[in-house]
Amino acid sequence: MLLILLVITALTIVRMRSILAVIMLSGIYSLLMASIFLVLDAVDVAFTEAAVGAGVTTVLGLVALSLTEDREKPPTHKPFIAIMVVVITGVMLLFATQDMPDIGDPNAPIHQHVAPRYISETPVKIGIPNFVTSILADYRGYDTLGEVAVIFTAGIGVMLLLGRRRKRRPGDQE
Amino acid sequence: MREHLILRVVTKVLLPFIILFGLYVQFHGDFGPGGGFQAGVIIAAGCILYGIVFGLDMLRRAIPPGVVTFLVAIGLTIYAGTGFATMMLGGYFLDYQVLAHDPVHGHHYGILIVELGVGITVSAAMLTIFYNFAGRGEPDGP
Repeated sequence: MLLILLVITALTIVRMRSILAVIMLSGIYSLLMASIFLVLDAVDVAFTEAAVGAGVTTVLGLVALSLTEDREKPPTHKPFIAIMVVVITGVMLLFATQDMPDIGDPNAPIHQHVAPRYISETPVKIGIPNFVTSILADYRGYDTLGEVAVIFTAGIGVMLLLGRRRKRRPGDQE
Repeated sequence: MREHLILRVVTKVLLPFIILFGLYVQFHGDFGPGGGFQAGVIIAAGCILYGIVFGLDMLRRAIPPGVVTFLVAIGLTIYAGTGFATMMLGGYFLDYQVLAHDPVHGHHYGILIVELGVGITVSAAMLTIFYNFAGRGEPDGP
């Protein structure tokens, strides 16, 4: 049911020309996605999706929209090649899912690699009840450091691109 | 939006709870769902809500953009600094068990400190992006 709503929202986003509506629908899309994560018992991911996707991204999109116009320009070319690529990739991905293990299968490779060690060691070695946090901040500390560096770069990048007008504003020569 | 009385009152009532919830998510991330990323975004969203309802100038007065820029770097420094601190104490990079006498406590402290760094960087980066986008729309530039 949620997946059907998700597909409907995605198709509506593709059809829309009003950017305001697209931003709002993207927020709804993120909220639906968060509900799906919640149904799959991935509470931390659902939380992140709701906070980042439905919350801040929508607001930042609206703020960015105030700098531009509300209507998307009509496309100048027919996207046949793009549709072909998407369809072929989709068919290949569907074909590949035939080999995947069932959802929740305890014998799937992803549950046999390092997950048992994380689950059995976390209460003893790290002593916190939330496995997700222990994996995120401890076992996978390097990755999280990289993620923080990415966010740092995003903030600095926006600042350098958009925030440099103040110094050259009055009586600038260039 | 200065003329919307209900919005302003509701925002003022809600804002402390939003920030408090953000802090709860930040420091309770090791027991429940949540952590630095979510907490940073929630706190930033609360500040952005204030900025939208009361105007950018009020938000600038409450949280100066210079401080926010500083905090973006501080958060990452806390994270990487924890890694170097563990190296100084004789462990590997981000090897938290040297942070306390009991390795289990060391891991716990390490996670709390690192999540704090994540939260600071995320909320400050979101606020920086908001400041720059919103400030761009003003008549005399940011």
